[in-house]
Amino acid sequence: MLKWIPLLPLIGFTINGFWYALIQCRPGAKKAGATIPGLIATLAIFGAFLISVKTFLELKGMPAEGRFVEQHLFNWIHVGDLDLKMALRVDSLSTLFTLVITGVGTLIHLYSIGYMSHDATPGKFFAYLNLFCFAMLMLVMGSSLPILFLGWEGVGLCSYLLIGYWYEDLEKAKAGKKAFIANRVGDLGFLLGMFMIYTHFGTLEFTKITELLARGDFIAAISPAAITATCLLLFVGCTGKSAQIPLYVWLPDAMAGPTPVSALIHAATMVTSGIYLVSRLNGLFSLSHTAMMTMAVIGGLTAFFAATIAIAQNDIKKVLAYSTVSQLGYMFLACGVGAYTAGVFHVITHAFFKALMFLGAGSVIHGMHEEQDILKMGGLRLKMPVTFVTFLVGWVAICGLPPFSGFFSKDEILWNAFASPHGSKLLWVVGAVTAAMTAFYMTRMFYLTFMGKPRFDESKMGGAHDSHAAHGHDDHAGHGHADHGHAPQGVHESPATMTIPLVVLAILSIVGGFIGIPHMSWLEEWLEPVIPAHDPATFTAGHTTEYLLMGVSTLIAILSIAYAWKTYTNLKEASARKARHAKLHETLEHKWYVDEAYESAVIQPIYEMSVKLWKNVDVAVIDRVVLGFGRVSEWTGQAARTAQTGSIQVYAVMILIGLALSLGYLVRGF
Amino acid sequence: MEWLNTHLLTALTFLPLAWAVAGMAIPGRFSKHWTLAGSLLLFAVSLKLYYGFDPHGAEFQFAESVEWIPGLGVNYLIGMDGISLWLILLTTFLMPIVVLSSYNGVEDREKEYYTLLMALQTGMIGAFVSLDSFLFYVFWEAMLIPMYFLIGIWGGKDRIYATMKFFIFTMVGSLLMLVAIFFLAYQHKMQFGSFSTALVELYKVRLDGSGFLSTQSLLFLAFALAFAIKVPLFPLHTWLPDAHVQAPTAGSVILAGVLLKMGGYGFIRFAFPLFPQAVVLYQPTFLVLGSVAIVYGAWVAMVQPDMKKLVAYSSVSHMGYVIIGLFSLNAIGSTGAVYQMLNHGISTPALFLMVGMLYERRHTKEIKEYGGITKVMPLFAVAFMIATLSSVALPGTNGFIGEFLILLGAWKANPGLTVLAATGVIFGAVYMLWMIQRVMFGPLTNEANKKLKDLSLREIVVLAPLMVAIFWMGVAPNFFFRKMETSITRLVDRTAKAGAVAVALKGER
Repeated sequence: MLKWIPLLPLIGFTINGFWYALIQCRPGAKKAGATIPGLIATLAIFGAFLISVKTFLELKGMPAEGRFVEQHLFNWIHVGDLDLKMALRVDSLSTLFTLVITGVGTLIHLYSIGYMSHDATPGKFFAYLNLFCFAMLMLVMGSSLPILFLGWEGVGLCSYLLIGYWYEDLEKAKAGKKAFIANRVGDLGFLLGMFMIYTHFGTLEFTKITELLARGDFIAAISPAAITATCLLLFVGCTGKSAQIPLYVWLPDAMAGPTPVSALIHAATMVTSGIYLVSRLNGLFSLSHTAMMTMAVIGGLTAFFAATIAIAQNDIKKVLAYSTVSQLGYMFLACGVGAYTAGVFHVITHAFFKALMFLGAGSVIHGMHEEQDILKMGGLRLKMPVTFVTFLVGWVAICGLPPFSGFFSKDEILWNAFASPHGSKLLWVVGAVTAAMTAFYMTRMFYLTFMGKPRFDESKMGGAHDSHAAHGHDDHAGHGHADHGHAPQGVHESPATMTIPLVVLAILSIVGGFIGIPHMSWLEEWLEPVIPAHDPATFTAGHTTEYLLMGVSTLIAILSIAYAWKTYTNLKEASARKARHAKLHETLEHKWYVDEAYESAVIQPIYEMSVKLWKNVDVAVIDRVVLGFGRVSEWTGQAARTAQTGSIQVYAVMILIGLALSLGYLVRGF
Repeated sequence: MEWLNTHLLTALTFLPLAWAVAGMAIPGRFSKHWTLAGSLLLFAVSLKLYYGFDPHGAEFQFAESVEWIPGLGVNYLIGMDGISLWLILLTTFLMPIVVLSSYNGVEDREKEYYTLLMALQTGMIGAFVSLDSFLFYVFWEAMLIPMYFLIGIWGGKDRIYATMKFFIFTMVGSLLMLVAIFFLAYQHKMQFGSFSTALVELYKVRLDGSGFLSTQSLLFLAFALAFAIKVPLFPLHTWLPDAHVQAPTAGSVILAGVLLKMGGYGFIRFAFPLFPQAVVLYQPTFLVLGSVAIVYGAWVAMVQPDMKKLVAYSSVSHMGYVIIGLFSLNAIGSTGAVYQMLNHGISTPALFLMVGMLYERRHTKEIKEYGGITKVMPLFAVAFMIATLSSVALPGTNGFIGEFLILLGAWKANPGLTVLAATGVIFGAVYMLWMIQRVMFGPLTNEANKKLKDLSLREIVVLAPLMVAIFWMGVAPNFFFRKMETSITRLVDRTAKAGAVAVALKGER
């Protein structure tokens, strides 16, 4: 039964893929709408969701120590002492991920039917989306590192294909390539980390690795440096996939993809793979203090750094993108201080509220006819009530106000950063400041989009649709509203296929936090078999401090919201303030010039060196040496020209003579 | 029929030539159909090898032996093991594809063209089945002749330069190999009283392998030079890009698909078992050269303005993996290397075929002439993407299995160099995806490209088998490993034993 969870989306991909490639895209084929491919894809992932729920209930009925289901599919690679089975394994950790992937996935598939209704190639889109779900499910269900890696690279491929989905816009195609290559840099680390594990553990299967990790004598025989190296290599993989410093640069550019893709891949699921990997191997990471500290520091820095950039972005999706980078930083901060459960908890709540906000942004973009600049929005609360209310929920959740989901998970992380044995006060400060900035930029975005007065001219809306290639934003190829039914142009609320997922996600964003309320935590207990719970005695502070900090962080959020609200109520004052800090603002708007630095420090030098190698080594040195400094080659060329009579008969005769001679040998002997 | 069963390998070797000779009697315009039928028939026949080969049986199966030059101990001695099995099948699998792909592209001197293709097949299969070193040499050289003409007659405008370069490089290497073969035969006479060039006999010859310039080492280098040029291994690779660019599509496909494999195969069949101690001595050298080849090939591929040249340099990179896999001297790396040879024989031909299809439409291979091709050729874009994924070794495709095993094997042998080699996974993605971006994506601006037709049915038939193979080999590699496992274990054990001797000798001194 387990195998059907990934197989159903794979089947959906196959149907839509072949239908698209062999029929729809042939010349003269009748254009298919989004509905049928969309329904096929949605049903496939919904089926997977139902089986995931069933699996979850099954697990729930099991005792903690034996809480897993396995299915062996076939032997994949068997060479020498390497024996890799294609097997699936769902335990208390992966079941949470399968539920999120298929659950949120279903909602986003449904949403896409509306969102992509005017796309030129919906069959291709839904095929990719299903393929992504398949890969993502393999990633979390694989019983060994190579299967996880299969999913890991598979989601990277789908990300590449979907970011560059509107390939006719070269910028989007480039963004896809950038994502793939940044991820490949990380994957190199993953690959080498995997080799390290194989060298020291002799296996790549999770259950066996976990068993060995539990044996003190076995671990003692491995040098601590090797363990640290292994963890750091794997973490390099995480910085790629989960967009951490220094490889985060691809994620903001990834917003070139259709918005449902940003919600599913670049917020809710794929980018959390790194947290999954670290939690899966938490026993290994916990052995290396250096690796833990690196993870916490990188996570904290990323959270802070991305938040600074988010403050100065005007593209609604860019704000969300940097916010995602920042929130992922929180999750690694959690893992780095040993609070894997808090990290996983934040993965889940973040999946709800960030998917909600992305889909809400998509709804806004859809309703605003492809406008993404929040400075050109305003007052949308009246035009798009459902989007407004649901977005409001997401905003409150990410700002971390109780009792919304974001509050619980973020607070859990901050508390662990403060008091866990791996934590430090400084990490808490970084986390708290980031929380303040998060509340600020999210309020800024929320206010500029929905509150205040409209800053756009409705009469001019919608006309630009026919020339979609002209503007470089989230333009759906052929997404014209001309044949949209509601002929009067203007800002409008989105159709039901899009608003229903918003409502469901909003509800989840409100209640989702209750699975992990500190000290009454169902989650901690549930994950116990995979992630051993903290011993409270090792914490450096008590409950009183904990509640105090909770109060402090809530207060920070409220003050920050109030400050932002006040700032953006008076837009004139806000822009005057911006002008006063023009230099800083510009730096932030240009994302600290990191892309430019990479371009001139890494990409250009390698390119130039490659040209030099080609022209100076291949052509100038090797060829000359082998061909005798050119003279011999000239001479042979001359000789060849005389031999090259061009008459095939002559050649044929020569071949025949050769053959006759050989046959002569064969018959006569020597 | 009975004769066929007992002489299967002879039939597979010489039937192509016989078929081509018979085809001389047919009017030229039918020769493509005739050749296609022949190559399909040969593929069908070759499948018998798969079913007949018992991986746990004798080392060499389907063996045949006929006396040829008794005075020199040269015999017509053929047979195959689990490694050559797959290389033979790769050859017979590619031939119908190559023939069908030439249907429209080749218009002049069709009869000669198809005759040469079949002659080439005889040479290739012959080299893969030879168990006598002299016989191997004969086929090894014979292969060059049809290839030389294929490039020289049906090639691009600088074809003469390219063929000469190709010829000089390969001749230099193989002449030294011939000398080494005779030296070995002579040594056999000294030690056992009679000349012999049979492989199993030569395996017994004892050679001093105690130093970098000992007899064994020098002989190894003579063989290795020939094979390294063929692979081609950095820095002996510069003939390849020129040959590919000038070669007609079919020539490139066979060159990349099969001829380059001759180099890797030569190491496996000859250099490793004949000179195990020298192999161990030179292991670090070749690991370095292979790792450099991976990175160097990828870098230089990145900056090529010509699609064929780009794919050619990617071959240099991919074949570098084969070298480090083989020289990791363990089962995982060696299996990966053999698998990588097969992978490269699938994905690179697919890429060359598709570049050829573009060339047939637009008569240019310059990357900058294209852009936005997906818009007009969506199915072509899908196929191109799949071949690219195989080339960049995405899990689920065949490329991953090969690279993963090679790097894992190499890691066991030398972790430091493996880190260098493994950066190839990044640069491999860079040059391929950059090419895709420039050719397939972006706006369709070039007027000449706006009317391009998507794949025809014939082209779909040409590419489909390769696409299926890419995924099949990626998902079910055990199907292939089963038959080659024992042969690879034998290969590795033989070298390992000698390696132990070499290490012991070092310790004594």
